[in-house]
Amino acid sequence: MDTIIELKDVSFDYHDERAHHILDHFNLTIQRGSFTVILGHNGSGKSTLAKLFNGLYKPSAGQVLVDGMATDDEQYQLEIKRRVGLVFQNPDNQLVSSVVEEDVAFGPENLGLEPQETRQRVDEALKIVGMYEKRFSAPHNLSGGQKQRIAIAGILAMKPECIVLDEPTAMLDPVGRREVLSAITRLNREYGITILLITHFMEEAEPADRVLVLNNGVVTADATPSDLFSEIDLLREAGLTVPQTTLILDKLRQNGIPAAKGVISVDACVDEVYRLLHANPS
Amino acid sequence: MSILSVNHVCYTYSPNTPFVTTAVKDVSFSVNKGEIFGIIGHTGSGKSTLLQLLNGLLKPTSGQILLNGTDIWEKPKEIRKIRSHIGLVFQYPEYQLFEETVLADISFGPKNMGLNEEQAKEAALRAAETMGVQEELLNQSPFDLSGGEKRRVAIAGVMAMEPEIIVFDEPTAGLDPIGRETVLSALMQYRADHNATVILVSHSMEDMALICDHIMVMNSGENVMLDTVPGIFRQAERLSEIGLAVPYVTSVLLGLKKKGLPVSTDCFTVDEAVHELLRLAGKEADHA
Repeated sequence: MDTIIELKDVSFDYHDERAHHILDHFNLTIQRGSFTVILGHNGSGKSTLAKLFNGLYKPSAGQVLVDGMATDDEQYQLEIKRRVGLVFQNPDNQLVSSVVEEDVAFGPENLGLEPQETRQRVDEALKIVGMYEKRFSAPHNLSGGQKQRIAIAGILAMKPECIVLDEPTAMLDPVGRREVLSAITRLNREYGITILLITHFMEEAEPADRVLVLNNGVVTADATPSDLFSEIDLLREAGLTVPQTTLILDKLRQNGIPAAKGVISVDACVDEVYRLLHANPS
Repeated sequence: MSILSVNHVCYTYSPNTPFVTTAVKDVSFSVNKGEIFGIIGHTGSGKSTLLQLLNGLLKPTSGQILLNGTDIWEKPKEIRKIRSHIGLVFQYPEYQLFEETVLADISFGPKNMGLNEEQAKEAALRAAETMGVQEELLNQSPFDLSGGEKRRVAIAGVMAMEPEIIVFDEPTAGLDPIGRETVLSALMQYRADHNATVILVSHSMEDMALICDHIMVMNSGENVMLDTVPGIFRQAERLSEIGLAVPYVTSVLLGLKKKGLPVSTDCFTVDEAVHELLRLAGKEADHA
């Protein structure tokens, strides 16, 4: 795999009274095609990082490179924003049109594509996120999860290499969260799109191949989900927790049952408990 | 004893226009004094409209809301007084901070209720303490705080009015896990200190299972289920049909039962589940 995004010695501050840097000499490399989850408490610098990835914020010092192009180099502005799309927390703030397909067409139309090409991209993007049937609906009549998938389709229609999502499920109900997470996972697995997902829901780290924990602008852990969730104490120190599934197994272990560490999904937790209890029924 | 009764309340947006939408349909329920009453439902199910009806920001198209037996709309000109009895904390309340200092922001509500400077300050300090707003923050601008701190200051602003009923619309949305725990335990503390009643909307089934006494489920503007925590979360299939879910721990136990283990699925928190699994393993809990 090659590198898609590279942060080289990046510092960032908001140019106000807050004396400290949000990020200070920060280095990070993201591989093309990877699925990275970024965890961290409120104020840890996650959202700042998200906005640095596609040049929405420019570094105060150092460089952010997208496919080798520096985000603070004026000539690459449009190309970088096409390659790296951003999805935010509140779906209502991201939709601009009163018809779903027009909303998704907004980005590709601005790229100056032929109408036919735009048409094709919009249909394809809506099919990928499972919203093609709703293409003539009004966004305000959709559920939160559906609206968020429309926002993702709008980015997809730009044919990005990478999508950065900043807490895309924070305002959604459980089914909406599941829909959005499975759409994101499919984009990565089936279409090879690089995913950077920022979240406060620990369960959402499960499909990732890499999890970063950010604490006061510093990466304090960089591991696979299963290795990271084996370190419950480390996560607590960073103001985080582990999923309920991991916690159940941890408490069984404290009671002398040799349960595995780092189990995240409900299915894997069921299998592990079944293995433990079925082999040794009372 | 019920402190709040909602009787056959309907609310219609844009009546007599082509955009007419009925967001709340014939909803009835009552809330007991001192309880934590949860409301769940998928996005767009009418929860937020209902909350605005509860503190008189919207007037029911039909039906009644009774606070201690009196219709809150009995004297429409005095509806503002209701808000000192029923406080509403909106979603993302930190967007409503506006004063120059944290203390002034928290004191705004009590001052508006007619308390003098000194009384308002005392009420604000009590609320700040409940919400864990540190003393050194009180003279800072609310806009210099972190997201989690702003949220706690904004909630303290409603608590400072010391309402008998406090209504929260997703108070933990967007907070990190520790932030969520802090807000939830502050809300329990407020209830204990003031013998208050709490009405809470949340998308976190895990949080709801942990703290609620009763839960109402809304779907398409209607009250479709109202029961205790076990009564609601025993109905996994029905919840899933209406866009909701059971807590993760309950999903684990349902999965084990499906595989044939003789496990009780009546567990809705981590501790309950661990207890049940240890029972099944023939062990007493040392560290549940």
